[in-house]
Amino acid sequence: MSFFKDAGHLFRFAGLFVLAFLVFLVVRHFVVPKSFGEYGHYRGASIGEIAAHPIKFAGHQTCEGCHVDVLDVKSKGKHAHVNCEACHGPQVKHATADDPSTVKPVLPDTAVLCARCHTASAAKPKGFPQVDPADHSNGMPCDTCHKPHSPGMDAGGAK
Amino acid sequence: MNINRRRILILLPAAAIAWKSVLAGTPEESPNYKMSDHWWSMLIDIPKCIGCGNCVRACAAENDVPDGNFRTWVERYHVSDENMTEPEVISPDGGKEGFPVATADAAKYFFVPKMCNHCADSPCTQVCPVGATFISPDGVVLVDQKYCLGCAYCVQACPYGCRYIHPEKKVADKCTLCYHRITKGLTTACCEACPTGARQLADLKDPKDPIHEFLKTHSVQILKPQMATGAKVFYNDLDGSVR
Repeated sequence: MSFFKDAGHLFRFAGLFVLAFLVFLVVRHFVVPKSFGEYGHYRGASIGEIAAHPIKFAGHQTCEGCHVDVLDVKSKGKHAHVNCEACHGPQVKHATADDPSTVKPVLPDTAVLCARCHTASAAKPKGFPQVDPADHSNGMPCDTCHKPHSPGMDAGGAK
Repeated sequence: MNINRRRILILLPAAAIAWKSVLAGTPEESPNYKMSDHWWSMLIDIPKCIGCGNCVRACAAENDVPDGNFRTWVERYHVSDENMTEPEVISPDGGKEGFPVATADAAKYFFVPKMCNHCADSPCTQVCPVGATFISPDGVVLVDQKYCLGCAYCVQACPYGCRYIHPEKKVADKCTLCYHRITKGLTTACCEACPTGARQLADLKDPKDPIHEFLKTHSVQILKPQMATGAKVFYNDLDGSVR
């Protein structure tokens, strides 16, 4: 017993150590988010939160569900592989409305829209159809002659 | 129930845990999506890019990207025979409103759309001191904006300049590869809006994805391969002068 005679302060210190460790465990339990470490050194729940961000572009499959007539014309023309929202912009509000006709998309101005892609520039790939708008149409809007959904001149004025 | 001090002490932690799970919210479920079935990447076909800026505008609209910052942008290269290592590169407002008209000369022109490369061994996730940025199990580099301190270590670490500090949120922000879209079976906003098909979302774990055939039959490169980042944005027909 003589060995432990003066060791009381060591036990008190060890007790303090154990207590501090327990406090650490409790604090850690509340501070570290539950999903931390689920997949790696990060909060696993954040993946679900990022996946829940709102969508703005509905996707061409959604458009094509209703606008079958446009799809018919477009799929036969030069713009077959241009998606709807590439020109019409994000339309999820229109697509998800109870009555889509209440959210009417703004019709793009062809003079601005067509020029974005088709203005002639030496920087563009050679095979891509391009014109100098002023020289080509003398200021007339493009849709006077070309119908955007099927822009070829032989398309016969389809919509 | 008779509430005494002992009961309160027992109930408080339980209430705290319950409140925390309320604050965290339930992530939206994507029932048929399994992270382990995918390994996302992107294919960029340089000869198809016309520099219209549709991708930059679509990205900004889809993800509320603040003005002056870019999750994707387009650069125009002008490379002359005499000085191939120092090309003239422009990207006015990230190419958002297109590019000035170029007149033909002896040098060559081409466009290079840029974005996060969603590296498999990304330098940006390695430097985060708090575990706020990570590679998801399906290969997308994401930022947990609730956890990010905004120290901008990752912004400096990215060799491609793909990250920025959000001016209002004061946390790191970057391309999520439209994670909220691809987990629901849609393509990214930039791919959806590209009129020429110069951008294609690809899933390397999907054996039916056309990317496998494309990689086999084309001359495809990544940016800065010497940095061994495991970049997953593949460029077809990339000029040697691109950095």
